Amino acid sequence: MKRFILSILTLLFTVNLALASGGEKHSEEFNPTETAMHHVKDSHQFDIWGHDLTIHLPIILWTENGLVTFSSKEFHGDDSGEVIVEKNGMKFTKFHEKIYYANSKKNDQGDYITESAKIVHLDDQHHPINKKPWDFSITKNVFSMWLSLILLLVVAISAGRFYKTSKYKGVPKGAAKVIEPLVVFVRDDIAIPNIGEKKYKKYMPYLLTVFFFVWLNNVMGLIPFFPFGANLTGNIAVTCTLAVFTFIITTFSGNKNYWKHIFWAPGVPVPMKIFLAPIELIGMFTKPFSLMVRLFANITAGHIIILSLVSLIFVFKSYLVAPASIIAVVFISVIEILVTALQAYIFTTLSALYFGMATEEHHEEH
Amino acid sequence: MGISVIGAGLAAIGAGLGIGLIGGKAMEAIARQPEAQGKIQSSALILAALIEAVALFAIVVSLIK
Repeated sequence: MKRFILSILTLLFTVNLALASGGEKHSEEFNPTETAMHHVKDSHQFDIWGHDLTIHLPIILWTENGLVTFSSKEFHGDDSGEVIVEKNGMKFTKFHEKIYYANSKKNDQGDYITESAKIVHLDDQHHPINKKPWDFSITKNVFSMWLSLILLLVVAISAGRFYKTSKYKGVPKGAAKVIEPLVVFVRDDIAIPNIGEKKYKKYMPYLLTVFFFVWLNNVMGLIPFFPFGANLTGNIAVTCTLAVFTFIITTFSGNKNYWKHIFWAPGVPVPMKIFLAPIELIGMFTKPFSLMVRLFANITAGHIIILSLVSLIFVFKSYLVAPASIIAVVFISVIEILVTALQAYIFTTLSALYFGMATEEHHEEH
Repeated sequence: MGISVIGAGLAAIGAGLGIGLIGGKAMEAIARQPEAQGKIQSSALILAALIEAVALFAIVVSLIK
């Protein structure tokens, strides 16, 4: 166990160093904010070792003239809208990891971000006003999500199959050994206390899926080398999707009692009932919204802290800062390992709590 | 930028106070009744998560220009 922890720490240590040395090369004036934001964002390519070793992911676009596919290699690692790729008679350029239609002339600002003959420049806040094609590309996040799905399926199916075989004699083996305590934990400590003995079974598949998906992806986001390191749970679109699932399940499993509590709270004077109804109605939406923002903000904040601490070395331009910086990075990384589990636990617990509220039976007037 | 940073700081102070209170009270409760530790811990976590949500709302609002 001691050796295991030690090896994980060493791994984090070396990889963070490697990550730091990648950032050094392509910047005369080092900008920590830009570096951190770049590493936190979704991307069309995997930078494994600076820009020397890159894995290019496919770009799939739905344009005005139909489907267009090409490799992100054709942008030559450019992300500032300088390189133009021509396919199917249309021109594309990549700016801050988003793909835009482009023409080949520079505009007033010296940017290539222009849309043919309609809009000619970036707006005041330096946001491109170009049209975008529908982007269905397999980005870093999509790749990471598929990887986690495959991992989860392999582990869960092999664990599930174990219980059907004759080998099962009350003691789990193999993948089941790892999965069983976690499943029992989700059932006994999350589902049953929050939803209740009678109804929890219906919600177990969803709770388990969310728990394992969030946890695995939190952990995978923390491992900073290929094929991991995509900030999936720190992407607001992903957390939004998960929160929408919770919202849909809560709303559709809401019984009479639940809706009565929202629109006509029992045991409250009538003027107060009218006053409470809109607040309760807003509450329906703020609950999943807080689920979404919590997971997104926690994971993104963790990543940004680690990256900023590594950036300190380049901000001070001195190797002497490195030991302090690395000790701090290891410290935060260890805390982040705790946060990965905690956020998965909280997401699942609160989902279960909301399901419990929705299915609670009428007991007494209060 | 300046004002939004102050807003984020205030949200952090508020959340810190709230979570600190929960943590302190939970510790006292556990010290008084160690056998109820599990229940106290999980409800303290949920309460901390709720406070965190409010703080994050404040921070998100302060980031919107």
